Amino acid sequence: MVARFTVPLADPYMLPMAALLTAIGLTEIYRLGQNDAFRQGIWIVIGVAAFSATLLWLHKDFRALERYKYVFGVTAIALLFLPALPVIGETINGSRLWIHFGSLQFQPGELGKIALIVFLAAYLREKRELLAQGRLKDWGPLLVIWGGAMLVLFATNDLGSALLYYGIFLAMLYIATARISFVAAALGLFLVGAYALSYLTPHVQERVQNWLTPWSQHKIYCPLSGHMALRQDCQSYQLVQSLYSLGHGGFGGTGLGHGIFTSTGGGQVIPDLNTDFIYSALAQELGLVGVAALLLLYMAFVLRGFRIALAASDGFSKLLAAGLSFGFAFQTFVIVGGITRVIPLTGITLPFVSYGGSSIVANFLLVAGLLLVSHRANRQEAGA
Amino acid sequence: MNKQITHVSVAALILLAVLIVSTTYWQTWAVGDLADRQNNAIQLVARLTVNRGKILAADGTVLAANRRHRKHGITTFTRIYPGGDLAPQVLGYSTAAGTTTGLESSLDDYLTGANTNLSNTFKEELNRLGGQTVKGDNVILTLRPAIQRAALNDLAGRCGAVVVLDTKTGAVVAMASSPTYNANLINQPGGWAKIGRIKGTCGDASALVNNATAGLYPPGSTFKMVTAAAALDSGAFTPSSQFNDPGYCIEYGRHVSNAGNPDQSGPEAFGTVSLAQGFEHSINSVFCNVGKQIGGLKILDYAKRFGFYSLPPLDTPPNQSLASGLYKNGKLWKPTSDSQIDPGRLAFGQFNMLATPLQMALVGATIADKGLQPKPYLVQKIVAPDGSTVSSTTPQMLGRVLKPQTAADLNQMMQLVVQGGTAAGIFPPSLKVAGKTGTAEIGLGLVYDAWFVCFAPADNPRYVVAVVVEKQPNGFGASVAAPIAKDLLEKLLHR
Repeated sequence: MVARFTVPLADPYMLPMAALLTAIGLTEIYRLGQNDAFRQGIWIVIGVAAFSATLLWLHKDFRALERYKYVFGVTAIALLFLPALPVIGETINGSRLWIHFGSLQFQPGELGKIALIVFLAAYLREKRELLAQGRLKDWGPLLVIWGGAMLVLFATNDLGSALLYYGIFLAMLYIATARISFVAAALGLFLVGAYALSYLTPHVQERVQNWLTPWSQHKIYCPLSGHMALRQDCQSYQLVQSLYSLGHGGFGGTGLGHGIFTSTGGGQVIPDLNTDFIYSALAQELGLVGVAALLLLYMAFVLRGFRIALAASDGFSKLLAAGLSFGFAFQTFVIVGGITRVIPLTGITLPFVSYGGSSIVANFLLVAGLLLVSHRANRQEAGA
Repeated sequence: MNKQITHVSVAALILLAVLIVSTTYWQTWAVGDLADRQNNAIQLVARLTVNRGKILAADGTVLAANRRHRKHGITTFTRIYPGGDLAPQVLGYSTAAGTTTGLESSLDDYLTGANTNLSNTFKEELNRLGGQTVKGDNVILTLRPAIQRAALNDLAGRCGAVVVLDTKTGAVVAMASSPTYNANLINQPGGWAKIGRIKGTCGDASALVNNATAGLYPPGSTFKMVTAAAALDSGAFTPSSQFNDPGYCIEYGRHVSNAGNPDQSGPEAFGTVSLAQGFEHSINSVFCNVGKQIGGLKILDYAKRFGFYSLPPLDTPPNQSLASGLYKNGKLWKPTSDSQIDPGRLAFGQFNMLATPLQMALVGATIADKGLQPKPYLVQKIVAPDGSTVSSTTPQMLGRVLKPQTAADLNQMMQLVVQGGTAAGIFPPSLKVAGKTGTAEIGLGLVYDAWFVCFAPADNPRYVVAVVVEKQPNGFGASVAAPIAKDLLEKLLHR
């Protein structure tokens, strides 16, 4: 409704697609637990409110954001630092990436993603020619912000977000500078860094092991129980049970509401089922047919996003829209790729579908950003 | 900048396309592999939530059913076996942990409703999406509980087995293995240990093994049916061919003696006899000479025609059957030349020859069916939960083994055994039986494996019965095994 008045010329498909994804997610969350669904509903309301507020605030000219790029850069880092603070920070699953106010938990890293994209879009638009020349001085602020983000991420053990941020950074750098050599160099840097890191932090090493050989033949030390156990019964338990969930769904799925997520003992088979692992719940109940359709929906969303970037007339808009679209696609790839063993598994939410307030709000902001760019581009075209 | 945006958008779409491919892999190719994984907690629950089909006997007696549980909001089913110890080796079991054996294993796809019949699959799919519990097909067997129970009672805890086939169809009417166990122990705490302690009177049996299909016993003189078939069918002998029996046969320059006289006065000697008389009185020297003349390979060739050296077809899992034949060091042995075989001893069923009760029943059924061998089967019919027939077994013949004349001659000779031979005086005259005794030496002195293979009525055979009772002190085929066959035939033919 707000969108009709504020950005009437924006892409008409984005919002319905986002709504459909949200609805699919909410349905599955409701099926898995009604209390969570109620909370998710509240977050959706908050997300829509944030979406509307953003449109109302910025529909005249969102490029005002460009002037505050360093504010966004610093905000991104600050948001990432929040969970590391003592009182409000909380460690869940070995990663310190939550903050809580009373009973509400919040993952500020999700919002940091949006802030980082805005910053990168503004910064790269301004410095793209200089960067393409490769002058060291101009790399400074960029490297500092990026380096800071990386440091915080590794400090909080949130590998999924680290990977996501790095991916977004690379994609936007390439769009701005057209220098594939930068991308190659950065990619190489990342691999070296990751390799070195896998020796430093057992957390990373374990993820890689789980990815390469989730099923071990012999018993190995299990830090969770302190006993010897097969890897599939300990470290990679979550991953293999999730794969079993996919396998049980098969081609046609079990049908909504008929999937098996509870063991004979009454416990949940897959931990984090309605957040990071909602894809394996959907894959079991809707089958290959259902999740392939879901992935096609993601593809359509991303495609529309990039179209908006192509249609935009100025560099900031293009970078912003492309960054948001790529971030959206890459986040989907990181979690679903992790679940289907294409890449090592790192916990991160599936955009719009996973349970989680910060994720929902951040993704509604993402759509708001894309609609603003789209509206402006189409208005210019109509005006011209 | 648009060029780069296009590049990045293509990259993004490729990444998402990769996800469709990887998901497809796990949800199609890898499905079977994932389902078979040991720690698959989902599969474990899935198996328990299926309302497995019932297994019924020929007369509708329920042999396997389910008990329903409801816990943590899931309805699960565990197996119960109302028949108890009636036929656990044939039915097998289905445990809460998902292990299956016997018919529970080989018919698992039907019992769990997973069989891939197109219209069936569609119906199942609709039910599943409608939220109904998956219900498996019911299986109706050919077993007759009264006969099965009588066979177990007759075996009375002694190690051994009884196989009863319908000669006209090959339907397994009874397949009893002793010692037996109560199948309900499987899903009870401590049940396995209790089953493990069941050893039978022979002292070393396993109640879990189906002796009828996987028990290997020296067939002793019942193997003379095979040797006689080879002798007659090849044209080398007729029932009236003459032999001189001094009480032994000379092989490799040494005496091979006949069985001892009932009065323990040394080997019996019959003088001049025909082949038919040699069969009637089970004279080893006669068969020793037959074997020497036609050769070991010829005998084995006929044994193979009867089905030795291959697994008899049956609905139970192939790994729960063994092939009959010559065994060496615990393995099936296939000699390639006559010189490797002791033809004289082979001719009367010793010399490393081991046979299953099912195989010997098939030898009897082939003679009863005028040289044609019926295909044995346990599953009569499979019925869907809605009452429609999924499949129904049509009796089949495996093929011709003997000339009709050979079979008719053997039938006559087997009648002589019952009328005035080794099994004389056991069957009432009103019950016209053709049979062959076997008292196999097992290297334990006067302790024998007692056999009896027979069919009745002899002139229009309806049932073939094979009985083996293991390790019987002074137990002869006629005194130990034949009375069991008599009891069963009387019940079968309502005498």
